[in-house]
Amino acid sequence: MKKIFTIAMISVLIGAESCKKDSDFLNVPPKSVVTTDVVFSDPALVLSVLGDLYNRVLDFSSLDAGWTTFADFGESFPSDNGFYNIVQNRSWGYGTWGTWDYGYVRDLNLFIENVTASTKLLAADKSRFLAEGRFLRASYYFEMVKRMGGVPLITQSLSYDNSGNVSSLQFPRAKESDIYDFVISEAEAIKGLLPSDPTEKSRATKAAALAMEARAALYAGSIAKYGASTPQVSLSGGEVGIPSGMATGYYTKALAAAKEIINGSAGSYKLYQVLPNLSDNFAAIFLDKSSVNQESIWVEDFKALAGKVHSFTTNDQPYSVSDEASDAGRLDPSLNLVQSFEKLDNTFAPIATKDGSGNPIYYADQQDPFAGRDARLAGTVMLPHYFWKTAYIDIWGGYLLSNGNIISSDDATHYAALPGTTTPIQVVGKDGPTPTGEPLRTQTGFYVRKYLDPATGSGRRGRQSDVNFIRYRYAEVLLNAAEAAAELGDFATASTYMNQVRSRAGLTTPIVLNASNYFDRVVHERRAELSFEGHVLFDMKRWRIATKVWDGNPQSLADLTSNIGSATKRNTQPWGLYPYKYYSPGSPNDGKWVFREVLPSPVTGVLTFKLGNYYSQISDAIISANPKIKRQPNQ
Amino acid sequence: MKIKFHHIAMFILMLSAAGCKLDNVKPPSIKLTGQLMYKGSPIGVEYNQVPFQLYQTGYKGNTPITGTFDQDGAYSVLTFSGNYKFTIQPGQGPFQWKELPSGGRDTINIALTGDQTVNIEVTPYYMVRNAQIVAANGKINANFSIEKIITDATAKNIQTVSLFVNKTQFVSPSDNAAKVDLDGGAITDLSNLSLSVNIPSFPVTQNYVYARVGIRIAGVEDMIFSPVVKVSY
Repeated sequence: MKKIFTIAMISVLIGAESCKKDSDFLNVPPKSVVTTDVVFSDPALVLSVLGDLYNRVLDFSSLDAGWTTFADFGESFPSDNGFYNIVQNRSWGYGTWGTWDYGYVRDLNLFIENVTASTKLLAADKSRFLAEGRFLRASYYFEMVKRMGGVPLITQSLSYDNSGNVSSLQFPRAKESDIYDFVISEAEAIKGLLPSDPTEKSRATKAAALAMEARAALYAGSIAKYGASTPQVSLSGGEVGIPSGMATGYYTKALAAAKEIINGSAGSYKLYQVLPNLSDNFAAIFLDKSSVNQESIWVEDFKALAGKVHSFTTNDQPYSVSDEASDAGRLDPSLNLVQSFEKLDNTFAPIATKDGSGNPIYYADQQDPFAGRDARLAGTVMLPHYFWKTAYIDIWGGYLLSNGNIISSDDATHYAALPGTTTPIQVVGKDGPTPTGEPLRTQTGFYVRKYLDPATGSGRRGRQSDVNFIRYRYAEVLLNAAEAAAELGDFATASTYMNQVRSRAGLTTPIVLNASNYFDRVVHERRAELSFEGHVLFDMKRWRIATKVWDGNPQSLADLTSNIGSATKRNTQPWGLYPYKYYSPGSPNDGKWVFREVLPSPVTGVLTFKLGNYYSQISDAIISANPKIKRQPNQ
Repeated sequence: MKIKFHHIAMFILMLSAAGCKLDNVKPPSIKLTGQLMYKGSPIGVEYNQVPFQLYQTGYKGNTPITGTFDQDGAYSVLTFSGNYKFTIQPGQGPFQWKELPSGGRDTINIALTGDQTVNIEVTPYYMVRNAQIVAANGKINANFSIEKIITDATAKNIQTVSLFVNKTQFVSPSDNAAKVDLDGGAITDLSNLSLSVNIPSFPVTQNYVYARVGIRIAGVEDMIFSPVVKVSY
């Protein structure tokens, strides 16, 4: 009886099991894949998708894309054997700086479509996510138009119908002005949907959208205005080049967008003015992540000991105070940049190394030649004998004897005896510059200070640094406003905005802009304020002066030290300034410092910007795949 | 089994036999050479700065072979036989290239079956003529004339005329040890021009330099040069 019961039970169970529908049996939801509708029903999951999209934002210079993205353009020397090609190149390939990541555009479009279609998200979450997706998409189109000119404007996800005919997926290039218009109109459309919160730095805010709009409109305006000077750089369909009649409209938009930030309608942003030492204050803009920093608007944030770090400090820290024995000193600012910082009376002058009659000047202190200049000099560049972390950096090229000979060596630990003595002593700075051009030490006499992290251990490869990369900041908004106002002929407003930035740097004598000086002043001010922030190439491109600044002619010393305030001053080879200790016992100048301008020996190339470099090449593979794409001009 | 000498020999023979298999692609072997010319005179340009494109029709995709002209306007390409189209992109070179009425750039058809020389005939804006470059009294002196070739509505002015001197055969704005410029506005007589520059000193003394004269044309990126000459002194 018991047996029969068991058998009956089993057959019932088996029978019940077989009643399951075939389709149910085969349709098992996967446990390793989260489906689209699940993701877009939970704000936390949407945020993680968005986080990936934020991580893929393209920057020209980026702290986690390597120190070389900050190098080049005559502003610095690469002190690394493997990267001397930066100063040995004679032409940039036409494809350099290009970007064509329509995979990213598709992901952004899909994100926007999925958020729009979602029914389970709260209305507030949904509108913010949507606005952020559109911000990132506009931001990438801005990045593309800066580099490529007009590109196909794809604002929805495309899919292939397997018909063998791809012509429905082939789009021609939009006009360059259309892409700028798209960026501007998107920013206008989403600014009200984004939070006005100055403490929100790494996600899009109203101020970030407006800052992007101001910069984009300014770029478009200057391409329209200055593009007239290079008529060859245009395509008949407007894919490259903007008609000069549109300049005023763009400048007006740029000024309006910048003013919206300045008047506080996007939250209270202001210049960072916290530390009493103006140079330290300037350097701290990039280091201070607290809510005190109301200058930074949109940043790429990093976090130490949490996986999001970069090696900028490891690569560029001073050699003598390095946390890693063979990782240091790669990015050395050039004398070209150092001497461009004004004196406090608003005039330009080279760093004085000789007096009026051609005799060397003897300085008692290594920092004396740089005294009385724009505070941003010492905030951007580490000058000789600067105190970094635990010690003074040690930059000097050797002993200069009274007969003009130099006693030096290839390393600070390789001693030599001075004439008349027998005891070998250190004859070159621990940080270089050595006569043999030892890498990883400075070879220009300077190190970079901007972004360099003073935190303990920030130079170690294991820990690395978590200094932010600031994409938009208030000082640039002010300079954008100043430039737009000046281009519109309102020099009083332009001067007011520019003087705010200048007085923060210790240049308290107000400058008066007028029709004849404003262009040089705008170009100079952006270089002084925004060097190593990824602006120089795009600024020179939009003003159409890149072919003059990088004109393929070698830069002689006379060339270097003349016309310093001129916007079109040549900048084709990075020079250095080497300090030497004067050795002449009994002379009043014994032990003082003499400076000499030196072109580092690896600098054999001459920067040459050709007309074909104004817009990066669209590769032949892309044109083969889509014959509707027009080639760039002059390539 | 004992390994004998003939086993090893057989093994090596088999290995080398396997190596005799045909490669599936032959290396390119046909040489196309030529020079930029204007009515029989070569056109000098800056080394590695003026690119050209060579398209081969009949293949999927449309990727050209690209190269650049040498200082004396010469080019050479090692490739396969076939039908090619040679062109120079807009904005390149100190000369005009024929435009088609439809708006595109003209191409030169080249049917390659064996080594071939195809000179590229172009119309330069200017030509440096009768350049005489000599050394005298510690200076390099150049006497030359300039012929204006294009005189119609597309004509362009001279921006500068320069004499370049270098210690090696590469003589150009970016490779020179000494140069002297003459502003285009200061030129009065195109048929009789002279430029003079001091002979530069070199770390290793040599008793010769290389020199040539170049014209920078307003609104044109590439300069046009006279042939490089070796000047001994």
